[in-house]
Amino acid sequence: MKTAINLSNDSSVQAETNKNVKISVNNFNLFYGEKQALYDVSLDIYEKEVTALIGPSGCGKSTFLRSINRMNDLIDNVKISGDIIIDNENIYRTNDVIKLRTKVGMVFQKPNLFPMSIYDNVAYGPRMHGIKNKQELNQIVEESLRGAAIWDEVKDRLKTSALGLSGGQQQRVCIARAIAMKPEVILMDEPTSALDPISTLKVEELVGKMKKDYTIVIVTHNMQQAARVSDRTAFFLNGEVVEYDKTDTIFSVPKDKRTEDYITGRFG
Amino acid sequence: MSDSPIEKSNKRKYFLEKLSGRFFLFCALISVISLALIIGFVFFKGLTPFVADGYSFVDFIFGNDWVPSEDKFGVFPMIVASLYATIGSLIIGVPIGLFTAVFLAEIAPKPIAKILSPSVQLLAGIPSVLFGVFGLAVIVPFLQNNLGLPKGQSLIAVIIVLAIMMLPTIVTVSETAIRAVPKSYREGSLALGVSEIGTIFKVVIPAAKSGIMAAIVLSMGRAIGETMAVILVAGNSLIIPTSLTDSVRPLTTNIALEMGYAAGTHQEMLFATGIVLFSFILILNFVLAKISAKGGQ
Repeated sequence: MKTAINLSNDSSVQAETNKNVKISVNNFNLFYGEKQALYDVSLDIYEKEVTALIGPSGCGKSTFLRSINRMNDLIDNVKISGDIIIDNENIYRTNDVIKLRTKVGMVFQKPNLFPMSIYDNVAYGPRMHGIKNKQELNQIVEESLRGAAIWDEVKDRLKTSALGLSGGQQQRVCIARAIAMKPEVILMDEPTSALDPISTLKVEELVGKMKKDYTIVIVTHNMQQAARVSDRTAFFLNGEVVEYDKTDTIFSVPKDKRTEDYITGRFG
Repeated sequence: MSDSPIEKSNKRKYFLEKLSGRFFLFCALISVISLALIIGFVFFKGLTPFVADGYSFVDFIFGNDWVPSEDKFGVFPMIVASLYATIGSLIIGVPIGLFTAVFLAEIAPKPIAKILSPSVQLLAGIPSVLFGVFGLAVIVPFLQNNLGLPKGQSLIAVIIVLAIMMLPTIVTVSETAIRAVPKSYREGSLALGVSEIGTIFKVVIPAAKSGIMAAIVLSMGRAIGETMAVILVAGNSLIIPTSLTDSVRPLTTNIALEMGYAAGTHQEMLFATGIVLFSFILILNFVLAKISAKGGQ
């Protein structure tokens, strides 16, 4: 049984052996050209938990998140070293990005629905992966929208443009679009930063519900959010993981002075 | 009380302000006036035979014979030739242009795009007569030898030359449209495990649709109005083309070929040909305006 490699060496994490490690990161470094953005990141992300990545702007948390589904590949001059292993597969060795991204879905900072109908947005992924049967698609769309707690709000307007929805609704449709691919892991890159407080609350509730089916990694600059939704929290600073532990521990008895300074609002 | 020096200088400023405003307005009016004059002149000359001399407009549009010496003026073969040439060149030019734009905007590594993009733009700067000369010297003999035609000047030669000529318009306008598609759309699609090509065809191109349509309409305008290059490779026979290898005479070349010596009704009928041409361009512009308005929503 693998246990968390964390800098705090906290025994409570190691004691908990009933959870499986879903994503294992070992000495992961990332460079944008000459500039190093991530330094020796090592941590284990557990199955069906919510893992929050916190830290000040530019600390590398989003970069790290985007490494998990290889979205950084889109940027020129990115070099990496070290391993990210998902279900015993080293994602940087297998080179099947399509398979990886089917398994690891993503929700972005700003809702980025396509200029199509709500239905087509959610059905887009499955369709592009070869599902043509109408009934099957209908079912996937409904399930996904229900899963994202947005079905009741949009069921009567599935054929209208998705861009007519409010920001919060759009973000939940984005989540539905990700769910439609039946991923195992969902990455969320500050999913509520563009939303109003009520929409934020809805998304947070949704994240809480979703963790029974998915492994969720969420980047947030909002520490209360991390405290509310996550099981574990990693604190990033200048491209390094300063501390990674159970969220309760991080927020009550942080080991590192820098973590404490950050969560008590002394900087960041 | 007399004006203080400051007030005086302010007055001068206001006067200059007004004067420059008027001057700019005058400049702006020059183009509008030119347009009005050209349209007025062409329509006045072109409509004279129908209004004053009793020629039938229907016979003019749908007549098959253009024999000025026998007083027969039918432009139907030329309308057909113009339409075929335009549609044909679109069939070849649009896919090539669009794929070039996709390649430049989405796929090409930066160093390659840096060489290709200016080359495409340079293509737009080549005078049209040179396209014609190139067509006459290269494409026409090629067709003649390889298709076994008695004469290489033909509809297909026109189509090929026009397709090359419209490439820069299609490429640059659609490349701009494709680049304007938000990056977040691409990321959204790629993050769902869709391939890059799939993303381009299902998300990027549909999102850039109005710009691409504008590119197509603009290049149609160029194709239908092109004269110099076409004259050299069209063959200029007055028949309704039934095959790609027929020699054709589009509307533009009819005017250019005969205006030099035409007089009287013959000349007026050439202006009338111009009206037909102008109507096509007008319709295209109207369509373009509709598309742009839709894209702006």
